[in-house]
Amino acid sequence: MSTVKIWIDNQEMEVPSSYTILDAANDADIYIPRLCFLKDISETSACRLCVVEIEGLNTLKNSCTVKVWDGMKVHTHTKRVNDTVRNNLKLLAANHHFECWVCHREDNCELLELLRRYNVPNTMGENPTFSKKTHYRNISKSLTIDTSKCVLCGRCVSACNYYTGLGILDFNQRGFDTYVAPANNDFIDDAGCIYCGKCIQACPVGALSATSDEDLVIDYLNNDDYYVIAQIAPAVRAALGEEFGNPIGTNVEGKIYRALKKIGFDDITDVNFAADVTIMEEGTELIERIQAHLQGKEAHLPMFTSCSPGWIRYIERYYPEYLPNVSSTKSPQQIQGALIKHIYADMINVPKEKIKVVSFMPCIAKKDEADREEMKDEGVRDVDAVLTTRELARIIKRFGLNFNNLKDYKPESPLATYTGAGAIFGTTGGVMEAALRTVKVFLDKEDEHTIDFTEVRGKDAIKEADLVLNGKTYKIAVVHGAKNFPEMFRRIKENPNKYIFIEFMGCEGGCINGGGQPIVSSRDRETIDVCQLRAKALYTIDAENKIRRSHENPNVVSLYQNYLEKPGSHLAHKLLHTTYSKKEVFGKK
Amino acid sequence: MGKIVITKEKELLLRKKIREHKQKSGPLMPSLHDAQEIFGCIPLEVQKIISEELKISVSKINGVVTFYSRFSLEPKGKHVIGVCLGTACYVKGSQAVLDEICNTLQIKVGETTKDELFSVEATRCVGACGLAPVFTIDGKVYGHATVQSAAKELRRIIDWETGTHEN
Amino acid sequence: MKTRQDLNKIREENLKQIKLLDDTKYRVVVGMASCGLAANADLTYDAIEKEIKERNLQNITLTSVGCIGECALEPIVEVYDKDNNRYTYCSVNERKAKEIVNKHLEQGEIIYRYLIDNYKLLIDEDGNKYEAPKYQYRIALKNCGIINPTKIDQYIGLDGYKALEKVLFEMTPEEVIDVVTKSGLRGRGGGGFPTGLKWKFTAANKGGQSFVICNADEGDPGAFMDRAVLEGDPHAVIEAMIICGYAISASQGYVYIRAEYPLAVERLQHAIKNAYEYGFLGENILGSNFNFDLEIRLGAGAFVCGEETALIASIEGERGMPRNKPPYPASSGLWGRPTVINNVETFANVAQIILKGADWFKSIGTEKAAGTKVFALGGKIKNTGLLEVPMGTTLREVIYDIGGGLPNNKRFKAVQTGGPSGGILTEAELDTPIDYDNLIAKGSMMGSGGMIVMDEDNCMVDIAKFYLEFTVEESCGKCTPCRDGNLRMLEILNKITAGKGTMQDLEDLRELALMIKDTSLCALGQSAPNPVLSTLDKFYDEYLEHVVNKRCPAGVCRDIAKLVITDHCIGCGKCLRNCPVNAISGHVKQRHIIDLNICVACGTCKPACPVNAIISV
Repeated sequence: MSTVKIWIDNQEMEVPSSYTILDAANDADIYIPRLCFLKDISETSACRLCVVEIEGLNTLKNSCTVKVWDGMKVHTHTKRVNDTVRNNLKLLAANHHFECWVCHREDNCELLELLRRYNVPNTMGENPTFSKKTHYRNISKSLTIDTSKCVLCGRCVSACNYYTGLGILDFNQRGFDTYVAPANNDFIDDAGCIYCGKCIQACPVGALSATSDEDLVIDYLNNDDYYVIAQIAPAVRAALGEEFGNPIGTNVEGKIYRALKKIGFDDITDVNFAADVTIMEEGTELIERIQAHLQGKEAHLPMFTSCSPGWIRYIERYYPEYLPNVSSTKSPQQIQGALIKHIYADMINVPKEKIKVVSFMPCIAKKDEADREEMKDEGVRDVDAVLTTRELARIIKRFGLNFNNLKDYKPESPLATYTGAGAIFGTTGGVMEAALRTVKVFLDKEDEHTIDFTEVRGKDAIKEADLVLNGKTYKIAVVHGAKNFPEMFRRIKENPNKYIFIEFMGCEGGCINGGGQPIVSSRDRETIDVCQLRAKALYTIDAENKIRRSHENPNVVSLYQNYLEKPGSHLAHKLLHTTYSKKEVFGKK
Repeated sequence: MGKIVITKEKELLLRKKIREHKQKSGPLMPSLHDAQEIFGCIPLEVQKIISEELKISVSKINGVVTFYSRFSLEPKGKHVIGVCLGTACYVKGSQAVLDEICNTLQIKVGETTKDELFSVEATRCVGACGLAPVFTIDGKVYGHATVQSAAKELRRIIDWETGTHEN
Repeated sequence: MKTRQDLNKIREENLKQIKLLDDTKYRVVVGMASCGLAANADLTYDAIEKEIKERNLQNITLTSVGCIGECALEPIVEVYDKDNNRYTYCSVNERKAKEIVNKHLEQGEIIYRYLIDNYKLLIDEDGNKYEAPKYQYRIALKNCGIINPTKIDQYIGLDGYKALEKVLFEMTPEEVIDVVTKSGLRGRGGGGFPTGLKWKFTAANKGGQSFVICNADEGDPGAFMDRAVLEGDPHAVIEAMIICGYAISASQGYVYIRAEYPLAVERLQHAIKNAYEYGFLGENILGSNFNFDLEIRLGAGAFVCGEETALIASIEGERGMPRNKPPYPASSGLWGRPTVINNVETFANVAQIILKGADWFKSIGTEKAAGTKVFALGGKIKNTGLLEVPMGTTLREVIYDIGGGLPNNKRFKAVQTGGPSGGILTEAELDTPIDYDNLIAKGSMMGSGGMIVMDEDNCMVDIAKFYLEFTVEESCGKCTPCRDGNLRMLEILNKITAGKGTMQDLEDLRELALMIKDTSLCALGQSAPNPVLSTLDKFYDEYLEHVVNKRCPAGVCRDIAKLVITDHCIGCGKCLRNCPVNAISGHVKQRHIIDLNICVACGTCKPACPVNAIISV
């Protein structure tokens, strides 16, 4: 590796020649502001806030993409640089709609942070001489786009392409009229978006957000007629702590339970329980398909998992010909909702019409999923409201709870019990691993019943492994991150009989990196492997759990004994399975 | 705004052209030029066709369409009047000519009249600076324009159009 | 596919025809570039053709050619005779055309009253010849107006594709780059970067695909040099691009041309087709082992695509948003490959440099800027048109000696060069020799060659506003300072021209301008404040008039302008007839008056007045 000698603010340093000025400054702990820069994802040098003075050059240069050269002398904090940054911030502020108190980025807005740091007065924004750009809003069940907050950094556009390859968000128009939205601000729900929410996490401000249902939930809680039941998803406990200053990867499960109780939920359940049920249904389905296949019947193998609503939106829009391959088992959120409304209601003696199920999810697509036509039975919705991890944090703050001081709590509901298998649903490979633990036991009597299937863990985009059942070897695969789906389908098409089971998750890393999770600052993203840390929290829960196979969850066993009879029974099908259909992109016109 | 009609024939023609462009690198811009010519505009329905053929997302195509002023999302009027606002024309008073035309038609620059007969555009230099100021009607350049000459030409077309309508 | 022997034969035959060395008696050319056609030159051409036929005249060749340069006087017809005389007839309508055939071609009688003013100087009625003005020197426009651009043979006849032959068979790529470098040729698109160096840097990255791009996205309002070259002599550009391809080992070229130039596109397409047929393009060019393909890509109405990285993005099928430099296209250009981008006029010089040598080219122009520059002279000038002068010619020579000065006895106020990226030059700066560095030192820039003359009726604040409106409309919207900052400047200017400006506004304007110049992502943004800064510097008084006295001295800014008719009025009624809002009244031969309650200060009446009696107060 060749190195060059450069000077930043008269500080001599030797850095790799592949470095940008910003890299070098970061290493030397020299602060350079930035807004549009997301390492490896968005390097467009558009915002002009990271400009520096380079001796010998006429104009200022952006430090984020300009590479160092030998003998380069950089100044980062001259008056010229400082005035420029302030003036650019003034321009951005003049076109920003400030309503910070209702903005979900009130505590971590990157623009606000810069405006504070540079003490920028909004004289231009308050001067009627200067016009405001046109504001566009685009609100679906899951996603809200509000261009009045947008600073046109382009990070969401890049992130959309980088993470999904779908290019749902793009710039419209040009110049001052430029705005980011789907084509012509067409309804986002119709634009092919899968609601992975990567755009929200890329956004430095509040231009993109999960459509909020916080007030709806508070209304439920304040209404004495309702019996409000919470359910929390596996990945939420591994991330919520970040909103309260805890290190990434802190498991705050007990505090969440306590917080929900304090906030006034009548009952608290855990989606991990439904994950165990999912394995019973999905595992049985897989076994049936394999057996049908062995009997020479049409079995639609490989079977695809169905837990990730982003993935479901993806396949319904982009590979509908493969819909028969998707497991008909509902996702854990919907299973839990259906169980609560149609079975648990009787157990606790509350009319199902009075029950409101509120999910806390790491995901914004879950909001859309709960709203699907298919997700109700006898006119009763499985799930009534879905809040993201971020919204949960806001509600906890709203109730004035001192989260970090809360004592751990363990709910009593049988629907809050779970095995280690249910816990790992929140990470890539987790659904597969949980399924394999059970399927192995059911199908392969001779095996020693492995618990840890480590080859499906980790961050490789597509993970393949062998599954040996009764001496016969099958191929399974795990793929996460929508941008990798086309490659998976290419492999399937290339060899249609190769795989029997594939886990798909819309987000890279799985639910722990979902679009509803706490936002990690653009600078931390450069140095911290967020997915790995959060996944570790889930694997620790799994490892420490006495029961690690879904079918061994005693409450799952009694659920089948007392109510559902057996996996795939008539009632199980009615409540716990669903259907999918082809959806056209930009089809509503 | 008038809706455009996507006939099977035009759609096939566009698909054929796109497939030709696909043989070469960078097929999007040439495809958009063809689409604009075939349909007179490139609304989402047409963008969807291009998206299917080129495997480029509709939003990205729309981003390109709305970036370039030559591409339009809506059909233009039967007669397109352009007044050059290039420097040579501007310093010789083309703004007054433009204002006169807009006033007469009761529309703003970039708009189309309700009867879909006229669109008015402020064009960039058409390269006829020697004849400045110039305006164009349906591609024909009218040089040494004055407020009066523009009004006269416009009146001529309006009369002709209203005449045919009566027939 | 032609052999080199074939080419020599074509060359010889066509040279004879063009130079009237065969039995041709007269060679008649009609300028049929865009502005000629806009003035109905096609009708003129048809009339001449018909008349020659009807009169059964022999040994006369009639040719349509590209831009002759005298745009204001189109249609132009030129007659060449055996004695090498050239007679330029201007504003030739069908009636005049017939007369020219009848008198000049049939009877040999020159019609002096139709000859262009400039050229009357060359030949007077007694047949005396005079020296042509020394200023014009044509390299890039060498063939424009002389050959038929749709006839490849005529191009070949005037040494066309000879440079390509020389390069392919006598020179190494390094030698080609060396000649271009030594010639001192610099980019004619505005930047002025040394062309040879650009080629050298790109060649240094060869290995794998490289590209040659010709930037023909001429977007400066008031500039049409590139259009004239492409319409009048497309092969000059094609030949140069092939030579460049050879020099940098590229096998693919693109001409990115604006779609607003349909005729140039058509002629270029035709020329490329011919070049393929003759074997100048394609595989094994002229039997060598060099391959080069050339394609046209159309722009779509985005000025910013004249910026090279935006142009590359556009060819790639993206929004034309500039990319940060470095990396420069020489290392990472089209599809990430090494790419040379030169503009039309730059390429149009290359073949001549190869043929005549670096020393010849260096001998023209100045030390730091070799060769010539084509300008499109427009605005308040008598001889609007296209001209090519050696670098170092002064602005005064261009405006007064070639351009003929200002019409209507108006006072010169300023000349604008460099389009929306350039600035204003004043009377005091007219003796500046034109080259890249001098113009930048005076707060303007060479730009691509637009040169707009302004007189006392032009308001400098309004002009700054005009350019800024253009930039605001054409800003791609990517970077903050250009997208937001330029609009804010425009809004301040709007306030000032509405008579509502304050002294603080002037300070804010300058601060914003300097910041935008300093930090914008691309050259469009960096140069966008130039028109504001240069007018602020040179016409600050005029800004003050607007701000302090709420008055527009030129009578342009409508909200504050007041037009009155002085007692110079002769009562001719021309102003009254021209007023679009009927604000003027008065009896014949009596002083007219303007009703200020009705007047919208559009200024239409001012040029209509034959005695300059309408002034603003």
